[in-house]
Amino acid sequence: MHQENAAKKEERVTFTLAGALAGARRCVPVAISGCATGLVFGTLAGQAGLGAGEAALMSALVFSGAAQFLVLGIWASPLPVVAIVLTTIVVGLRHLLMGAALGPVFSKLPRLKAYGSVYFMADENWALTMGEFDKGRRDGAFLLGGGLLDVLAWTGSTFVGGTFGGAVDDPARWGLDFAFTAIFLALIAGMWKGRSNILPWTVAAAVSVAAHHWLPGQWYILLGGLAGSFAGVVRRGP
Amino acid sequence: MGLDPVTLLAIVLMALATYATRAGGLWLANHFELSERAGAWLDAIPGAILVSLVAPTVLTGGLAETLAAAAVVLVAFRTGSLPLAMATGVVAVVLLRTLAAGLM
Repeated sequence: MHQENAAKKEERVTFTLAGALAGARRCVPVAISGCATGLVFGTLAGQAGLGAGEAALMSALVFSGAAQFLVLGIWASPLPVVAIVLTTIVVGLRHLLMGAALGPVFSKLPRLKAYGSVYFMADENWALTMGEFDKGRRDGAFLLGGGLLDVLAWTGSTFVGGTFGGAVDDPARWGLDFAFTAIFLALIAGMWKGRSNILPWTVAAAVSVAAHHWLPGQWYILLGGLAGSFAGVVRRGP
Repeated sequence: MGLDPVTLLAIVLMALATYATRAGGLWLANHFELSERAGAWLDAIPGAILVSLVAPTVLTGGLAETLAAAAVVLVAFRTGSLPLAMATGVVAVVLLRTLAAGLM
């Protein structure tokens, strides 16, 4: 079985319309869920002072739910542009790993197709694509097809949320101030891999609470994140 | 619906930053071998960042927030649905805050 897979891995990599359509079809549930999240993002972006067009533009260009929700948390006037960009980079660091995992297959594609496709790489279509590659179906357009559907759903629903979400006048009354926290908690639950998470996450929580108490501004996010992630590596030993 | 230039700048820089991380992994894979420790560190960052973000609210925000957070985690584990978990948290925090206000 392993030898069979290994043999398939030597096969050529295609980039077809059929592959893109298959990717889009597999991403339909992801896109539906993305619409619900996009509505919330558009609404919260409106609360943070972004226009519906601005929020939709961000969704189309940045296409990263985690980064976009995070920067809304520090969105203020005057705009802390440096902090916003740094946050985006730090949150996006996981993309380095995901992109690296595509490397063995994508390196066999023409450069424009490979580097064009990764623009549309999100957690979900990346995971589905890796599953396809694992089964020996090596069509590089699978990632692009799913990503295109996702970015349309995400951008469209952001615009709708930004347009109609403004009707919500007092976010705390409707619990919407807690929506961010709930989304982050759900993302954390999805990242749970087992006991190896306990130490880094405990360190992150402790450092974050302390920094939130004693330091001004948003330092608690970066300090907690650095302390927690280093704790995760140190624990593994040399 | 005017477009504020500073907002536009922030959005474009965010887009460039995210794309750099997306393309960077592919580029690195084509040019270098990522060490296991570096990989483990990158792997641990998103979780640690998210935990840091919510910890002050969840742990020191109040009983309603702590209990609502527990409900979110439970639903997220059970269903794996982000929108459902979020809806649970929002409804739970409203109910618990109302309850807390009623008790005082």
